[in-house]
Amino acid sequence: MSSPKTLFDKLWDAHLVRPESEASPAVLYIDLHLIHEVTSPQAFAELDARGLPVRRPDRTKGTLDHSTPTVPRLADGRLAYFSAEGEAQVARLRENAARFGVELFDYDGTQRGIVHVIGPELGLTQPGMSIVCGDSHTATHGAFGALAFGIGTSEVGHVLATQCLLQRKPRTLAINIEGELGAGVTAKDLILHVIGVIGVNGGTGHVIEYRGAAIRAMSMDERMTVCNMSIEAGARAGLIAPDEVTFEYLAHTPRAPRGDDFVRAVARWRHFHSDPGARFDREVSIDAGAIRPTVTWGTHPGQVTAIDASLPIAGNDDEARAMAYMGFVGGTPLAGQAVDVVFIGSCTNSRLSDLRQAADVLRGRKVHPRVRMLVVPGSEQVKRDAEAEGIDAIVLAAGGEWREPGCSMCIAMNGDLVGPGQLAVSTSNRNFEGRQGKGARTVLASPLTAAACAITGQITDPRALPATHAHEHAA
Amino acid sequence: MSAFTTLLSRTVVLRERNIDTDQIIPARFLTTTERSGLGRHAFNDWRLRPDGSPDPAFPFNDPANADARILVAGRNFGCGSSREHAPWALTDLGLRAVISAQIADIFRSNALKNGLLPIVLDEAIVDELLDRPGIALHVDVAKRQVMLPDFRVFSFPLDAFAQTCLLEGVDELGYLIRQDEAIGAFEARHAPPGPFEAPTDTPRHAAGSAVDTPSREVRHAR
Ligand code: SF4
Repeated sequence: MSSPKTLFDKLWDAHLVRPESEASPAVLYIDLHLIHEVTSPQAFAELDARGLPVRRPDRTKGTLDHSTPTVPRLADGRLAYFSAEGEAQVARLRENAARFGVELFDYDGTQRGIVHVIGPELGLTQPGMSIVCGDSHTATHGAFGALAFGIGTSEVGHVLATQCLLQRKPRTLAINIEGELGAGVTAKDLILHVIGVIGVNGGTGHVIEYRGAAIRAMSMDERMTVCNMSIEAGARAGLIAPDEVTFEYLAHTPRAPRGDDFVRAVARWRHFHSDPGARFDREVSIDAGAIRPTVTWGTHPGQVTAIDASLPIAGNDDEARAMAYMGFVGGTPLAGQAVDVVFIGSCTNSRLSDLRQAADVLRGRKVHPRVRMLVVPGSEQVKRDAEAEGIDAIVLAAGGEWREPGCSMCIAMNGDLVGPGQLAVSTSNRNFEGRQGKGARTVLASPLTAAACAITGQITDPRALPATHAHEHAA
Repeated sequence: MSAFTTLLSRTVVLRERNIDTDQIIPARFLTTTERSGLGRHAFNDWRLRPDGSPDPAFPFNDPANADARILVAGRNFGCGSSREHAPWALTDLGLRAVISAQIADIFRSNALKNGLLPIVLDEAIVDELLDRPGIALHVDVAKRQVMLPDFRVFSFPLDAFAQTCLLEGVDELGYLIRQDEAIGAFEARHAPPGPFEAPTDTPRHAAGSAVDTPSREVRHAR
């Protein structure tokens, strides 16, 4: 029998057009290439400059998400773009997609959304695939047991032209998460905790496989939240082996194989797991039961703390700088800090289950008068599903803004900005200086925590929020 | 891409660790559809004071650094997003090399594709370089070495393929295009993923159908 292989090894081997050697990297075949308006224009320009077609338009899918407005349309039906450049980017992708025969999930359809939300939702993302996108959170798709990673614009051009990439084989890191998450503790808390443990470069050069009972118990939405932030630990990609939960999810998606093809596909997908005894280059163990609601306190996603703990005392210049930027004082509690903005959205936490969690907190309550709260569904589909359940009404009744799907305040390219010095509690994935607007201060949190903070107007442990009448009734 | 064999330049220093791509080029400047011209927005939020005037303390605002081709930066440089706009912004500033004790994966790969050499040296040497801004360094791509003014020489890792591409000024796309036959053969034997095409019959995930998609439900009970 051949020696036991990791999930990553199986995925890598299945896509090798040419293995790597000392002199040249591997040529890796890409099954699915997702594109969006921000990182594709220069790549298409490169194709034009060389007179090349898109090799596999059928394996290339586009969406509009980063620089698109999330505010309602103007009275004349036009979209309210923040900048002419943003609008020009969208027009350029539309034109490139038409010219090269690439399917684009555009505004005239019903399936547009954040690229990492719609890939899985449409069933384009499937186990055993290789998936790339010019966006670092492509790791999200790894939740299905697909090798998925972010690439730069030159590489977008490579894949458009040849459906291949030049890659050196990364190392493997197993993160074993045993035990069970406690009440009020979510997948977001778990991944923030993991990054805090291994550090923002703890995964550099590695592909992470998340394993263990706590992962197996998760829904696909939760698994995507975990894989999404792999890049925040420096990792190339994050993986979770597909199982019945994965197959069940895909069975309800429009683009997955159907009927007998689906049965055959599942048989093929079952092969994609790490064999017993497979060796990883590194392993880390985490006890899920010990994790509390977790948030960031600093300016990178590794600077985390349990929400009910005191802030750490800065141990070096960088921590001191981060603490100063955030305006926090080491040794004091983070809970109670005044919050100005709450953002619930992004490819980390904008799926239906995330919005349901937030709505559960918001139902029957009012957002604190100081707080501006944006709730931005990840896709048109999520928006429709959420509205069918009345989540939009709950958000609006609480005093929040219910927006059109897009990246919005995660990257703040479309005019959805946090003001200078304002403190934002955000369910997105990056708290870098100025990420959400110049001088903006970001605390990354789960949808439960973010919603709780919106209600109280301060950093709040969601487990400590007193029940309202509506909640007693619901319980 | 032009060939890159050696480089002799003074350094410009940014001591901070974890300089992420949002610092190198803030997202609001990513709306361009061009590669060039991003240099004027590089480190935008560090270069300008709140009133919009240039901060004289910021190294890239110092005319003495105008000809510096080598950036020395704190550990974990280039972390964050996959935006190639980050190396585009740096090369637009005239930079040809970045030295750090650790450089993020995607940034390194993007930099190499744009003739920007990522140089990883031991922390002790980088610390010394961080403490001595403006010294002249000699970089030799063929030898994979950096030489200090006192003739001490330090080697850095560089993938053999990337090295060949830099030395010969060839690009990866040309290499990949030459693999066409192997790619075709792979496609012929590769198991079919997909289908990706839109189904022609009734979609089974019609609008508002969340009720019959149990796998998408979160466990509310918690
Ligand atoms: S939501 Fe944020 S992280 Fe996700 S794709 Fe959009 S900009 Fe990138």
